[in-house]
Amino acid sequence: MGKLLMKGNEVIAEAAVHAGCKYFFGYPITPQSELVAYMARRLPEAGGLFLQAESEIAAINMVYGAAGTGVRVMTSSSSPGFSLKQEGISYLAGAELPALIVNIARGGPGLGNIQPAQSDYFQVTKGGGHGDYNIPVLAPATLQEIIDLIREAFEIADRYRTPVILLGDGMLGQMMEAVEFPEKPAVKETHKEWTTTGTRGDGAPRVITSLDLNAESLEQRNEHLQRKFASIRQNEARFETLYCEDADYFVVAYGTVARIAVNAVKKARKDGVKAGLIRPITLWPFPLQPFIDTRDRAKGYLAVEMSAGQMVDDVRLSVNGRAAVSFFGRTGGVVPTQEEIYEQLIITAGGGDVNENGI
Amino acid sequence: MKTVFEKTSGLKDTPTHYCPGCTHGIIHRLVAEVLEEMDILEDTVGVASVGCSVLSYDYFNCDMTQAAHGRAPAVATGIKRVLPDRFVFTYQGDGDLASIGIGEAIHAAARGENITIIFVNNAIYGMTGGQMAPTTLIGQKTATSPDGRNAALQGMPIKVAELMATLDGAAHIERVSAHDVPNIIKAKKAIRKAFETQKAGLGFSLIEVLSSCPTNWGLSPTESLEWIKENMLPIFPLGVYKNSSVGGKA
Repeated sequence: MGKLLMKGNEVIAEAAVHAGCKYFFGYPITPQSELVAYMARRLPEAGGLFLQAESEIAAINMVYGAAGTGVRVMTSSSSPGFSLKQEGISYLAGAELPALIVNIARGGPGLGNIQPAQSDYFQVTKGGGHGDYNIPVLAPATLQEIIDLIREAFEIADRYRTPVILLGDGMLGQMMEAVEFPEKPAVKETHKEWTTTGTRGDGAPRVITSLDLNAESLEQRNEHLQRKFASIRQNEARFETLYCEDADYFVVAYGTVARIAVNAVKKARKDGVKAGLIRPITLWPFPLQPFIDTRDRAKGYLAVEMSAGQMVDDVRLSVNGRAAVSFFGRTGGVVPTQEEIYEQLIITAGGGDVNENGI
Repeated sequence: MKTVFEKTSGLKDTPTHYCPGCTHGIIHRLVAEVLEEMDILEDTVGVASVGCSVLSYDYFNCDMTQAAHGRAPAVATGIKRVLPDRFVFTYQGDGDLASIGIGEAIHAAARGENITIIFVNNAIYGMTGGQMAPTTLIGQKTATSPDGRNAALQGMPIKVAELMATLDGAAHIERVSAHDVPNIIKAKKAIRKAFETQKAGLGFSLIEVLSSCPTNWGLSPTESLEWIKENMLPIFPLGVYKNSSVGGKA
């Protein structure tokens, strides 16, 4: 196929088509609108269907209906619109319906702005909607990685009967990079025996619901969900490390911030500081392994985010008190620079506890 | 021996949870009989809403999906757009459809979604214990309008059939009532016409059925049927508000 120069939002859309997604229910919001527009043009020619819903709430519920028929289906939004989808996401989790939801996050809270941010981390990784549930969250750092992760997202969704979130930020959505799609779309479809498509001679009617009025049986249902989440924790955590074998100090960053942090880590190593990078690729489940591997010898961790300090909580839990954890963040759509991260890394290496309370 | 009456195969053999005298049971049976008579039970996916009819998925003998409060028309849209050759219906009350879900209902109609909505209007929230609904009548006492609905404070009741009929995507819109036998027979014809409209691919259909709530109205079952006739019919006139071209037969 060769390399193509594409925008992040368009890569997400094309990657979904390659992964066998035929149905998209969307609603415009900056900075993810190119994704919706791309699907409106692309899906009909791929034999699928694009429908613009009247709201994010309607869109996620259309996804719920379509997911119940067993097809690969998705929607996308950005932070304020993503908040509106939370009700539907809780229902998808409760009714165990596979679907992909993309959040190209922007500055908040409230209407915030349209610049890149990572301040929806709590919302996507800690449940977000009501009830006891978690959702696998994938956080690509490059446009090429989007292509792999979208395919994996649909496979995880089908394998565990769960919604999956792809979390990017406005920068990832808007940037252009050269990408290469696999020659033949590799679609691994799962047989789904639980769908509601009309019985058509296939036994008794089926029901898709998250309701259970009996406390004991709803508890059993929750225990089933928790076993599933435990299995996802066990099998689906993904991460990347750089220079971690001999590092003393570890920068922890995901998505676009990780790309900037790489250069700060490289510069610090040149200047004699043994720095490494841990890049979580799944934010839930948060990858424990790179911290287990390093926390007993680490001299310090520095979490860097485009938020006031959200992922840093998971870093602290993973380090579990065995080393100092400091934090550096910018908010409101401000992107931390390589120099700023380098500076914080040097302070961390000097034993200083940088901005322990936030920014 | 000649069989003169049989239980419809459109309903499962499950006792319902509805209160004595509530007309939900009758409306369920009308929908079920239509699905059975059209021989489409195996080609149908129903969408249950939130409210008294939330458990309708335990009663209808076809594939069912349970939707979030008010979102049934969006869920039905998702199903129908994937499976255009299946019959898709929602069964919603007035709190669900006319209040929290009015946006989803209007836009499904505006898009001309080829689905059928059975809209059960009993002028009150039943499941949550008798609060004011958008269809509550002026002067009607409820848990949240203890002195009676006051137009200056709470506005006027929403007339859903009339509202939906203004939308170009709506193919068949009709209001019927379940308060006596002649009207129940008419209600079944209307429901049949709605599913025939869907079968012909003509677009959105909605049948509003006036229904009773003896428990929350504080009336006996017989008084409740009389209350529909005396109080609801003048505000919610029965009739066809938008007529599709298919011939309905019962």
